Amino acid sequence: MSQNERDFLNTPDELGNFGPYGGRFVSETLMAALDELEEIYHKLSKDPEFQAAFDRDLAHYVGRPSPLYHAERWSRQLGGAQIYLKREDLNHTGAHKVNNTIGQALLAKYTGKRRVIAETGAGQHGVATATVAARLGLDCEVFMGAEDVKRQSLNVYRMKLLGAKVNPVTSGTKTLKDAMNEALRDWVTNVDDTFYIIGTVAGPHPYPMLVRDFQCVIGREARVQCQEHTGRLPDALVACVGGGSNAIGLFHPFLADESVVMYGVEAGGLGLASGQHAAPLCAGRPGVLHGNRTYLMEDGDGQIMHTHSVSAGLDYPGVGPEHSWLKDCGRVNYVAANDAEALDAFRALTRIEGIMPALESSHALAYAAKLAPTMDKDQTIVVNLSGRGDKDILTVAEIDGISL
Amino acid sequence: MSRITACLQQLKQQQKKALIPFITAGDPQLDASVPLLHTLAEQGADIIELGIPFSDPMADGPVIQLADERALANGVTTQHVLGMVREFRQTNQHTPIVLMGYLNPIEAFGYQQFAQAAAEAGVDGLIVVDLPPEAAAEPIKLFDAAGLDTIFLIAPTTSDKRIATITATGRGYLYYVSLKGVTGAGHLDIDGVNSKLETIRKTTDLPIAVGFGIKDAETARLIGQNADGVVVGSALVKLIAEFQNDRDTMLSRVAEFTQSLRQGLDQ
Repeated sequence: MSQNERDFLNTPDELGNFGPYGGRFVSETLMAALDELEEIYHKLSKDPEFQAAFDRDLAHYVGRPSPLYHAERWSRQLGGAQIYLKREDLNHTGAHKVNNTIGQALLAKYTGKRRVIAETGAGQHGVATATVAARLGLDCEVFMGAEDVKRQSLNVYRMKLLGAKVNPVTSGTKTLKDAMNEALRDWVTNVDDTFYIIGTVAGPHPYPMLVRDFQCVIGREARVQCQEHTGRLPDALVACVGGGSNAIGLFHPFLADESVVMYGVEAGGLGLASGQHAAPLCAGRPGVLHGNRTYLMEDGDGQIMHTHSVSAGLDYPGVGPEHSWLKDCGRVNYVAANDAEALDAFRALTRIEGIMPALESSHALAYAAKLAPTMDKDQTIVVNLSGRGDKDILTVAEIDGISL
Repeated sequence: MSRITACLQQLKQQQKKALIPFITAGDPQLDASVPLLHTLAEQGADIIELGIPFSDPMADGPVIQLADERALANGVTTQHVLGMVREFRQTNQHTPIVLMGYLNPIEAFGYQQFAQAAAEAGVDGLIVVDLPPEAAAEPIKLFDAAGLDTIFLIAPTTSDKRIATITATGRGYLYYVSLKGVTGAGHLDIDGVNSKLETIRKTTDLPIAVGFGIKDAETARLIGQNADGVVVGSALVKLIAEFQNDRDTMLSRVAEFTQSLRQGLDQ
């Protein structure tokens, strides 16, 4: 093991390892581009001007800080801990994804590359990438599984309106993992003039590190806001985990705070026992995919398995390597909420608080709804409301048997 | 001396270039691979790269992606792939076999177990597309101990400094990826390849095979002028796909194509 046992505070090491996870497992053609990105990021992350430009964009373009909202009525109904929602749904483009695309777009601008590509599942990262590309006048192509193109048609059209080309991916399972394969294939072909904006804390080093760093604004704000609201740190944090960028963004600034208990909620699909889910941390084992070693859903022969989730954004067989390490270290508890529980939470928050959450975030809400009643009324849970649910209206209507 | 090194040394003495075809194991049917291996060997292949199918072949173009999908739909496993090599070795002990694939199926098998089982089956070398030398220290020890050559890729984007690392780590031969792209892409730049080969040769005496984008006798001939060998994959796999439902025609077309590549290289 390349790191001190159970050291989860100073990760990754210089090779991109989070304990035994992470690293850089890609074909040789991409190694030079990753070296270059690492070097640029190393330099810019310590550059006050770059940080100031990032903060400025977050304030005036994204609309940060996002509020921390006390869901009083829902908390009362659940009859336990007080639930606070970190309102990433109120960001420009409607999800946390934009925090990262703003940061990577600034890196892209620095490299002088005129073309950006991205993979997307639910379409939120695709929209956030198309948005920053429009603003900077960059060419943008987004890879999206053909299955997801169907179930997230609103976001597909949003990307097109923003000037991006959306490429439906028909290989493999036609979902997020295949979109990522295709984005990697595009990148290897156009590596000279293309910047790959990865949407989550997965992929080869340095992506898991830099995406985390850009998303940590969530947790830094929540830390201050929670103390303003309650006079102390939260007792628990809850966030959904697909690749895990919103979760790591919330968790990371609290990792050293031992009193703060953390829950990462994976997509339980039709139930862990059914095999139809997307919960590698709960039910998978370590392997190598998309450039990093991490927990995966794979069969005995090392082939990646088909995943299922009602939410396209969580429908991914891997997870960011830092989550794998936090699991092994026992610092974060990884649990699952199934489709039905997520849908119940979607409806509950919409009706009780007038906030329509994304189906992804609804998984975190579903777990918070179980957790809150087991805690005292003077305790606090912060849930990352990572995105808004407008994009999911057609999916929910279809489940209700209604065609719009 | 490994079977790969012996083969390449002999070719060098004969002033010949290595023809290295690639096929995907278990494509188009599980029982097609051994006859295909024999056909390739009989028609002039010097070394054969046999692909271990993977569900997520990130470095491959559409032709080999589809081959992997067909093979996996046939239920191929890593054990099957090793079984094919074992069967091939019953009647062919001279043609080196290199298994090519992605890391996860090998990791799932277990490095130690895989190294041992592959060597026992008669495998000579390994190309693991997503295992760069920086991450390969531990596996290489096991592969070396089992007598397997670990073959690394060098790309057009590889810096001189990395070339030195890779050539110091590589065994058997080096695989130069002729273009920025996936397997089967069509934008081969012969001059670019030649100048990079010159750079690589400054650091190593290992033979260099060139692959990606070599699709016929003419491109094989052009690349073969400066490389020690050429790898032909997608063009062959495409032919196999085209005649997947007619075994005899498939084998005779593969034979003709292999002969034409051989002639191109021997010109």
